[in-house]
Amino acid sequence: MFKKILVAGALTAAALGTQAAAATKACFVYVGPIGDGGWTYQHHQGALAVKETYGDDVEIAWQETVPEGADAERVLTQMALSGCNIIFTTSFGYMDPTNNVAAKFPDVKFEHATGYKRLHPNVSTYDARFYEGRAVVGHIAGSMTKTNKIGYIASFPIPEVIQGINSYYLHAKKANPDVEVVVTWVYTWFDPAKEADAARAMIDQGVDVITAHTDSTAPLAEAAKEGGSVIGFGQASDMAAFGPSPRVASIIDNWNPYYIKRVGAVMDGTWEQQASWAGMPEGEVVIGEITDAVPAEVKAEAEAMIAAITAGEYHPFTGPINKADGSPWLAEGEIAADGDLLSMGFYVEGITAEIPK
Amino acid sequence: MIRLEKRPQPSQVWTVMTPVLAVFLTMIVGGIMFAMLDTPPLEAIRIIFWDPLFNTQFASFTRPQLLVKAGPLILIAIGLSIGFKAGIWNIGAEGQYIMGAIFGAGAGLAFYPSESWLIFPFMIIAGAFGGFLWAMIPAILRTAFRTNEILVSLMLVYVAEAMLASVSQGLLRNPEGLGFPGSRNLSQWDASANREIIAGSGMHWGVLTAFIAVIFAYVLMTRHIQGFNVRLTGEAPRAARFAGVIPARIVIFCLGLSGVLAGMAGLFEVAGPAGQISIDFNSGYGFTAIIVAFLGRLHPVGILLAGLLMALTYIGGELAQLMLGVPGASIQLFQGMLLFFLLATDVFINFRLRIGRTEVA
Repeated sequence: MFKKILVAGALTAAALGTQAAAATKACFVYVGPIGDGGWTYQHHQGALAVKETYGDDVEIAWQETVPEGADAERVLTQMALSGCNIIFTTSFGYMDPTNNVAAKFPDVKFEHATGYKRLHPNVSTYDARFYEGRAVVGHIAGSMTKTNKIGYIASFPIPEVIQGINSYYLHAKKANPDVEVVVTWVYTWFDPAKEADAARAMIDQGVDVITAHTDSTAPLAEAAKEGGSVIGFGQASDMAAFGPSPRVASIIDNWNPYYIKRVGAVMDGTWEQQASWAGMPEGEVVIGEITDAVPAEVKAEAEAMIAAITAGEYHPFTGPINKADGSPWLAEGEIAADGDLLSMGFYVEGITAEIPK
Repeated sequence: MIRLEKRPQPSQVWTVMTPVLAVFLTMIVGGIMFAMLDTPPLEAIRIIFWDPLFNTQFASFTRPQLLVKAGPLILIAIGLSIGFKAGIWNIGAEGQYIMGAIFGAGAGLAFYPSESWLIFPFMIIAGAFGGFLWAMIPAILRTAFRTNEILVSLMLVYVAEAMLASVSQGLLRNPEGLGFPGSRNLSQWDASANREIIAGSGMHWGVLTAFIAVIFAYVLMTRHIQGFNVRLTGEAPRAARFAGVIPARIVIFCLGLSGVLAGMAGLFEVAGPAGQISIDFNSGYGFTAIIVAFLGRLHPVGILLAGLLMALTYIGGELAQLMLGVPGASIQLFQGMLLFFLLATDVFINFRLRIGRTEVA
């Protein structure tokens, strides 16, 4: 019995060895379960798209629900040892582990999502301009609210989330000057119970449009209980099951083009370190179907905005924009620099809340 | 007719045999589960139990990692087991672990960028103190107001998590981190790094401390009067009172000790394998350690073995995910089965199985 196991082990090890030599191995580390219906689900769709594109020339492997603390470095090392040629680490908290492991495996390429540290030549970072999507849903929110109160379920006060709140509010206000944004911090990326509580609390305050910067479908489920008077948006993933209302549109993270491109670069030997920040023009940020619950006129305006951003004609942070304290930020027609956005730590004028410290 | 008959004395043979039987049953039922997932069951079980120790490709890395993963679990579980023996249920080790990390990291970062060798020992003391302080809240509430320490210690975990989120975005945030949450990396700063004592062995200072704690707990519980008092309080509280044991002191001692050990575990993790204070720094060690404590039958040597076994299933589970693509949840199920079978087979220690008719007495 024992011998048999050993023999079987040796055989599979040999099989794995030959396979690794032939195919490029792309590996993915996920912070949540691949069935979360949001952030991790979308990354996994990207992984599957890589497999579909390159077929037998590529092998994919992944590990889900990897905590961002002490375990990440071990998981990454095991992946590198198992013959992965490129490893995508798909959460901010993997930043230091990614760089630590990259130092030990100079021949393996590492791609870290949403971070800024590229300490070794084999580490790239990538992110998406989610604020472009926030602009579109902000326009829909401002146009459709009846109570003039729109809600934003925020995860953590980091630049990406603050960009989202600002973009959402600016475009809601353009459509409806009386609009007010209510921000609720939940300090989590994925906790359906907390997200539902936040949605409920905002609905009780009179908020009738909710967008979330968290990954679960719970805020939409909560909105659905209001029988059509409260609407929301799919976040990270399409969440089409909640359409046509309360889900009236969605911001989809589409990592497929980036993953296909970068794995392809490893295969033909052209991979180089870079910091990628792509959005609608590259197809990384996609607005899911705008349903019939949205008036035709608003839908047409939203689609025009999508077209303008995609064509590079419109930037959601175009001046004049003042900061919340009244000091000027962008002059008439001025476009925000990427550096300003990447370290954004202030609200724009009109948002009365404070950013938690 | 199958029935259970109480043994006159707990069976020595079964005490040793049940963990082995539990592992064996887990392999069989787990194997069936893997087969239902279209994964070759023998291979899955080999990867989980065998590969982390002996696979030529991985083992030289994963063997030391077993110690790294098991170290904090053992350290926390030792502290918990002493309280559990006395009937004092500290469910909030996770919170004490977090507070130990915050206090320890804060104590070190206050001196950044000094290179003094005193910093790391000072951080260990601060970490132990942080855990102690957090455990004293349920201890004092219980002794002064008779609150339930299970509820209080558990609820304080959520308070600690909120404080962790707060300090990683405020007080301890890396000033060079572009506004992102998370502290400076302690493992990359020589004065604060919890390094391996022998390179490549996985033996960092926390693992060493865990081993010392095992020996300490063994001596305490078998050779020292305080260990006797602890056991007496748990087994016969009234007798303990007659023997002059002051219950409040036992509560303070047990919660304090488990707080100190959990706090130290937090510090060793934050200064070593985890590297930094971040919002998601804690990954459930404080709760897993409860399982380790019971899996080890609240005995120091048992806890040592149970900690290593848990570490093996974690690391083996990771390898199985990586190599066979089994879902992460199936590994958690597998670990759950192990605990379930262990508790289920425990019944044979105190009972024997009788097959046949019940005789009328």
